[in-house]
Amino acid sequence: MYVKAISEEGRTTPARPPATLPRAGLAAALLLLIGVVQAGPRIETWQTGNGARVLFVAAPELPMVDVRVVFDAGSARDGTRPGLAAFTAGMLTEGARDWDADTIALRMENVGASLSASADRDLAAVAIRSLTQEPALGTAVETLAGVLTAPTFPPTDLERERENALIGLRQAQEQPAKVGQKALFQQVFGTHPYASDPAGTEDAIRALTRADLQAFHQRYFTGSNAVVAIVGALDQPAAQALAERVVGGLPAGERPPALPPVADLAAAAVERITFPSSQTHVLAGQPGMARGDPDYFALYLGNHILGGSGLVSLLMNEVREKRGLSYSTYSYFVPMAKPGPFLMGLQTKNAQADQARTVMIDTLKRFATEGPTEEQVSAAKKNVTGGFPLRIAENSDIIQYLAVIGFYGLPLDYLDRFTDRIQAVTAEQIRDAFARRVHPDRLAIVTVGGDADTAQVPAPGDPG
Amino acid sequence: MHRRALALSLLIVPLLTAAPAFADAPKVFERRLDNGLKILVKPDHRAPILTTQVWYKVGASYEYGGITGVSHILEHMMFKGTQTRGPGEFSRIIAENGGEENAFTGSDYTAYYQNLASDRLEVSFALEADRMRNLALDPAQFAKELEVVKEERRMRTDDDPQSLTYEHFDATAFLASPYGNPVIGWPGDLEQLTAEDLRTWYRLWYAPNNATLVVAGDVDPDQVFALAEQYFGPLKAETVAPPKTRAEPEQVGERRIRVKAPAQEPYLLMGYKTPAIADAAEAWEPFALEVLASVLDGGSSARLTRELVRGSRIAASTGASYSATSRLPGLFLFDGVPAKGHDIPALEQALRAQIERLAQEPVDPAELERIRTQLIAGKIFAKDSVFAQAMELGQLESVGLPWTLADQYVDRLSAVTPEQVQAVARKYLTPDRLTVAVLDPQPLAANQPQRAPTGLGGHDNVR
Repeated sequence: MYVKAISEEGRTTPARPPATLPRAGLAAALLLLIGVVQAGPRIETWQTGNGARVLFVAAPELPMVDVRVVFDAGSARDGTRPGLAAFTAGMLTEGARDWDADTIALRMENVGASLSASADRDLAAVAIRSLTQEPALGTAVETLAGVLTAPTFPPTDLERERENALIGLRQAQEQPAKVGQKALFQQVFGTHPYASDPAGTEDAIRALTRADLQAFHQRYFTGSNAVVAIVGALDQPAAQALAERVVGGLPAGERPPALPPVADLAAAAVERITFPSSQTHVLAGQPGMARGDPDYFALYLGNHILGGSGLVSLLMNEVREKRGLSYSTYSYFVPMAKPGPFLMGLQTKNAQADQARTVMIDTLKRFATEGPTEEQVSAAKKNVTGGFPLRIAENSDIIQYLAVIGFYGLPLDYLDRFTDRIQAVTAEQIRDAFARRVHPDRLAIVTVGGDADTAQVPAPGDPG
Repeated sequence: MHRRALALSLLIVPLLTAAPAFADAPKVFERRLDNGLKILVKPDHRAPILTTQVWYKVGASYEYGGITGVSHILEHMMFKGTQTRGPGEFSRIIAENGGEENAFTGSDYTAYYQNLASDRLEVSFALEADRMRNLALDPAQFAKELEVVKEERRMRTDDDPQSLTYEHFDATAFLASPYGNPVIGWPGDLEQLTAEDLRTWYRLWYAPNNATLVVAGDVDPDQVFALAEQYFGPLKAETVAPPKTRAEPEQVGERRIRVKAPAQEPYLLMGYKTPAIADAAEAWEPFALEVLASVLDGGSSARLTRELVRGSRIAASTGASYSATSRLPGLFLFDGVPAKGHDIPALEQALRAQIERLAQEPVDPAELERIRTQLIAGKIFAKDSVFAQAMELGQLESVGLPWTLADQYVDRLSAVTPEQVQAVARKYLTPDRLTVAVLDPQPLAANQPQRAPTGLGGHDNVR
């Protein structure tokens, strides 16, 4: 589908959806219940009979339910078949029990419900949103259970999805941002499973067999490997019954072994990819931190100052506000099961790529050496803690947090303590954490662009 | 925000007719200040937060040749200081108050928002009222921001083959209508824009009597009105003359273009000239067109995915969309990427066969029932977001439609009959109203063999 340019001011990450970032919703009653303004929602947790961990938040205000089931079945489990995890997840909704893809779609949409399945590097996620009224909820839950426990991977649908996945891979090659991101993950993670893109490679997608998908499903879609997050207008017994209906049909199975450790980069590396674009995308990265990292809050708040706070970040100030070099520039940590990447980026017209890159890297160097000022830390704390109610306002926010807390084994009071732990961070802790953990002299850098001459883009006045 | 996205958000929101226990749609409170500023307040006490949005009735469809993009870059400059506040101070103050903020420019409006904890409304009003009338528009700041916008254009359009195709498609479909202009502006126009152009544009449109202030969330309407009076009340109204209309002449035959750009896969866009609510010959027609779009593309069970992606496997992906709520008449759109072994002409033929079927056969009542069920559920799901609720009100007001339409939308769509869907298919989805654009992929690398041309002649085979 096309999306016409909604011209929005200052997005900080290139791949986020456009302006209509909805924000707001639930939790007033819950907050009153707990009586602490900055507390998170009350999370109840238990295990299903086959070992799945359930996290539940009652949200009685709207007659709807979100269910999100996540498995340790992301592309880090692809092994020698890049793309296997994402392809398996995508095929779940193409056939299950005696339902074909049309039937699954009709079952959900006839009752106004939605169903989605996807995989990133760490996890596979299958989710529904439904009204609580019957027959909507019962139908949606039965359909979710069916696609999780009894997918059929119909051969003809598999071939169609294979061809469409190959088209998707080729379309990704049209996008300099995507080309750069894939190359950067390769540079940052080397031989670690995080190096490969969840969408896989053309050769691997061509080689996938139905047996591969069946084996992957059998191995990883198990009770002990699942976390079930539920937010909605249910009481606890109803949520308990729902969780059993959704995953109760899975074998208990066992958890896969931990992923291998991520090695630090030994030296700096620069990869230049020629691309027929008017801009050069400059990306930089290195291994960052894992979920639950002891430096998490210092690195999080420090990065907020450096490049995580949109228009007011240091990078935005240096690259865009002072010099007009790029529409978007950002930095962020992606905390994962094993240390995920620390990433930075911008895009600028080819002729000034070197200048922009220097500004970006120098800004990091200065921050990693000098750390933030007291004023910067104070402003960042006000933003993060003052904005906390916005983060947990919607059911769609809370369901994501529940899945993350459950999957990564974060403490149940993670949200309750979040603002206190942010408040406790000092400027010195940020400086120290960045000095120990961020290495500007050992960054992997990827540039994509620099070959506008072959681009047949009519852009009068554009020096290219 | 594009017309299509508006349609989707409207489809998600309308009247609650199901789930009686929860059926009290939050009430909207309305007030107009003496200077003409319209205020809409939608209380929703589920969470201690609010969204505040200022919508101006100006956007790319108000622009004329030579200054395209001026609305959008003015939106950027709204963050660059006023007579009493320096560049970036707006964003710094919002950030220190825990807020999220941004702005967006579309064809029909320009809007600014902050999402905040519910005790911070005053922070937003003080800042928004200031930049409504007192913008600095410093030439040095403008010169830098113009470079930022050029980078934005390169990223969004010039280096994105499908966006580029869409830009040229719009410019081909509309000869006189300003919907032919890209929101971000033509590159040549960006080169010649000056701070003085922005100053004129700002004076013409940025005034309380050309704006709608929408607040949704954990607020008390009377307190919102009082604060609004305090901060926006002193602002002077302007004489705002509506833009001269540029009526699109009757299209008298199919139009076709090919867009060559570095790409790997071809892409098809088709658009039929259609009316909007504002100009429809029959009041029901735009609603019938909305239903028609849902019959084709209202989910994975709708006709296009079921029959063209999964059934005949002609399309790798395909969609249809229409918005009843654009300010000016727009397009009923189709797009798609051919599946392996099929080409653009085959995909176009398949989409035209779908249209032909809609013209020949009434749609199944079961399809209409499913669409109605999805609308009602979507209305409830949308209540998860106060931002989306406020957005809907601001959009309607800004295109000249009453916000009360939000509460009538599901009923209006539910009243559409199979015969009406058939009637609008016959009347509007006709070859003489059609524009077609095809992305013709060019090599990404110098050593890559050029693909055969796609699409226009019906003789090609792309892979």
